[in-house]
Amino acid sequence: MRSFCKATLVAALLVVLAAAVATSVQAQETEVYTFEEPAKDALFKELITELRCPKCQNQSIADSDAELARDLRDRTYLMVQRGASKQEVIDYMVARYGDFVHYQPPMTVATSILWWGPFAVLAIGALVVLVRVRSQRKTEVELSDEDRARLEHLRSAQQEDKDS
Amino acid sequence: MSKQWRWVVLLLPLLAFLVLVGFLMRGLFSDPTELSSALVGKPVPQFSVPDIYDPSQIYTEEVLKGEPMLLNVWATWCPTCRAEHEYLNQLAAEGVTIIGLNYKDDSRDKAINWLNTLGDPYRLNLFDANGAVALEFGVYGAPETFLIDADGRIRYRHVGDVNERVWQGELGQRYRALTGKGEG
Repeated sequence: MRSFCKATLVAALLVVLAAAVATSVQAQETEVYTFEEPAKDALFKELITELRCPKCQNQSIADSDAELARDLRDRTYLMVQRGASKQEVIDYMVARYGDFVHYQPPMTVATSILWWGPFAVLAIGALVVLVRVRSQRKTEVELSDEDRARLEHLRSAQQEDKDS
Repeated sequence: MSKQWRWVVLLLPLLAFLVLVGFLMRGLFSDPTELSSALVGKPVPQFSVPDIYDPSQIYTEEVLKGEPMLLNVWATWCPTCRAEHEYLNQLAAEGVTIIGLNYKDDSRDKAINWLNTLGDPYRLNLFDANGAVALEFGVYGAPETFLIDADGRIRYRHVGDVNERVWQGELGQRYRALTGKGEG
């Protein structure tokens, strides 16, 4: 029974995988962007995986089949074909669609917590450890005169026990 | 370590937890599909686009200057545009200046037919067949409504349908602040 379940699961997974591959191949076939220079082709591919589709929540314009993603791919193609640099295309998109459209957010006041937050948490952790270690060390060495006298007394008593 | 300090250190995790709870609560009620426009505060972009009824009539960004107005992006393939249309008719009747930007519609005839049957609330109808003008405005869906001031500067963008609630909200308040019109 168990192995049967496993087999069906594997089969189902294979079907899903095959379907996914088939649809992605189909999506790629719907439009073809050709460049004469390989450098432009590479730049175009880099840009469409780095630019984010504003209509979709989390897809690059290369992955998305949305109408808007297609428009942005076309625009990117046109700009790259005309010799625009990577930064020019990114600036063009960001000027119209905001920082959302680029998968590498710039450092601003709003995003600074994302960049520095982890370091801040690390620093707080280190501080807590430091304070705790220091406070523990302090309690270890503090002995009053009375304590010292008792310790001395106990030690001599122990010595006497050993001697006898 | 003094006693007071110990309390502060003990309360810190609780404080951090409460901040996190507040942050996540806000996330629950915010709409991730609603993006703020990158064009707010900027002048309207340059464009040149034909009229919907008369293809030989070409408009430029100059038509968006002179008085505070709304630029409404719509299409017949957009069900939400159908939902807001009646309210736009009402706003136009109240004297609100609205310019329509038809965004990548199926056909010119279909769009004109829509205006003939449902009413035309727009002072001007721009026909953006391939979405080039909408791209300049950073439009990512329909309907979207831009508030433009008399100098042709974009003041606000509303994503989604315009209705009574929205008009009582930020979009309408900002419009009224610019004009003093459209109250009630």
